[in-house]
Amino acid sequence: MRFSTLLKKPAEWMRTPGPESDIVMTSRVRLARNLVGHPFPGWARKEDRHLVMDAVRPALEELSEMKDSFSEEMTKLTAIEKQVLVERHLISREHAAKGRGCGTVMNRKQTISVMINEEDHLRMQAIRPGLQLLSAFRALDQIDTQLESELPYAFDHQYGYLTACPTNLGTGMRASAMLHLPGLVLSEQISQTIAGANKIGLAVRGLYGEGTEALANLFQISNQNTLGTKEEEIIAHLDRVISQLIANEKNARMKILEDRPTMMQDQIGRAYAVLKFAHIISSKEALNHLSMIRLGCDLGFIPEEEREAITVLLTEIQPAHLQISAKRKLSPEERDILRADIIRSSLNGLTPPDFTTILTERDNDDE
Amino acid sequence: MNCDLCQTEKATIFFSQMVEGTLQKVNLCKCCADDKGVTDPTGFALADMLEGMGQQTSVDHAMSKDDLVCSSCGFSQSDFKKTGRFGCADCYHVFDEGLDGLLEAMHKHTQHVGKVPSTFPDLPALAEANLPAALPEPTRFDKLSDLKQALSKSVEDEDYEEAARLRDAISQLETQLSES
Repeated sequence: MRFSTLLKKPAEWMRTPGPESDIVMTSRVRLARNLVGHPFPGWARKEDRHLVMDAVRPALEELSEMKDSFSEEMTKLTAIEKQVLVERHLISREHAAKGRGCGTVMNRKQTISVMINEEDHLRMQAIRPGLQLLSAFRALDQIDTQLESELPYAFDHQYGYLTACPTNLGTGMRASAMLHLPGLVLSEQISQTIAGANKIGLAVRGLYGEGTEALANLFQISNQNTLGTKEEEIIAHLDRVISQLIANEKNARMKILEDRPTMMQDQIGRAYAVLKFAHIISSKEALNHLSMIRLGCDLGFIPEEEREAITVLLTEIQPAHLQISAKRKLSPEERDILRADIIRSSLNGLTPPDFTTILTERDNDDE
Repeated sequence: MNCDLCQTEKATIFFSQMVEGTLQKVNLCKCCADDKGVTDPTGFALADMLEGMGQQTSVDHAMSKDDLVCSSCGFSQSDFKKTGRFGCADCYHVFDEGLDGLLEAMHKHTQHVGKVPSTFPDLPALAEANLPAALPEPTRFDKLSDLKQALSKSVEDEDYEEAARLRDAISQLETQLSES
């Protein structure tokens, strides 16, 4: 499959809703694996990395799951193409900076993607819409089991799968969910929530992983410990915590609607107005307003049909996607203009938020 | 003195605590202290922080030997100290001294229990060797779990003096068990 084909369709997770998908955008699981007899990528010479790539890439391409896959060496991709893959969460920012002896293989639906020679020889990822960590794990586990008969994995009975960084030892598994938590942000409970998650061994990060800012009220929550707990138990623990977070987020939203309905109305209405009429808009501003529109959908102020368009926009307005659609490199100023154009035309048919449900409740209160 | 975390700013906030019988010290600058939530009285527990810092201590300890080099890939212990990553799978056995402490701090465990590749030979001989004779008397085990229960209760009740006493008793008993 060619890069242009990959680009044409938004990833499957953007188009099909999953369980709890009003709050949980995606569930991702990744497994780290290495081959015996070769240094880890960060320490390997170029020749070593090529040897690993020559062993791993054909094994991946032969899997039935990866039929008609997109498979490329990192050197064959332009900087913008790599950035597009980052914006779609198909490769990491670190991998985008890689060159010779590094590669990427992903299936047509963009639900499975594999980075070759990132920090480990293999970093495989499965992504699903909504809260479906276990299903994502099962899909990936199957691929892993098929691969283990082809590739000699580095494994140890005490330490489990041997990884470049000891923080990934054991299962080599990181499970994470992307949560949309505007209610907890607006009610200023988010830092407490993050501190609480940290205490029970979970990490909370921004939109693009480690060290990134929380944009669009999106937060990634993931397990930190990988050694000494079974894969299914790690996932069950995360599932429990996420269900609790969903309940907290819903409560926070209801509480704001009850205590400060005008504030909520203002935030959503203002977001709609800016997106609908802005001619220059930065990524950050656009993402944060789109978050409010999404909240408007969740609360029934904006028709549910608009949700998909908004989810797709979250990715489409990011810098590399803009430059791909413009078919040239754009300066930041040009991007801000094109971004505003795309949003305006996409929101053209969008019904303005309808707050009558809130208003009637308030009228009733006055009586 | 510079901050233990960022290594660049001057440390202005100092912590000390006894952890497993050794004095642990953490020195932070204002910025890192804020970052770690030290200044937020509701969200901060010294123990959490030390768990993360304990890592560094174990690494330092492991590093105290002369620079060891992995014969498979040429990676050295000072490389590990610099990058926090290993050079190849064999490094885990070359640099295994102090590794358990590091893993304990990271994962709270040191033994893998998840998936095992089907191509990997089981180690029945080894598993059996560990089982018989080596079993400690059941009373001691019972006592250990009793102590642990009492410990979580005292933490819940916020009786930290009692908790500290229990923690020391547990670690003492665990050492005895592992030696016997």
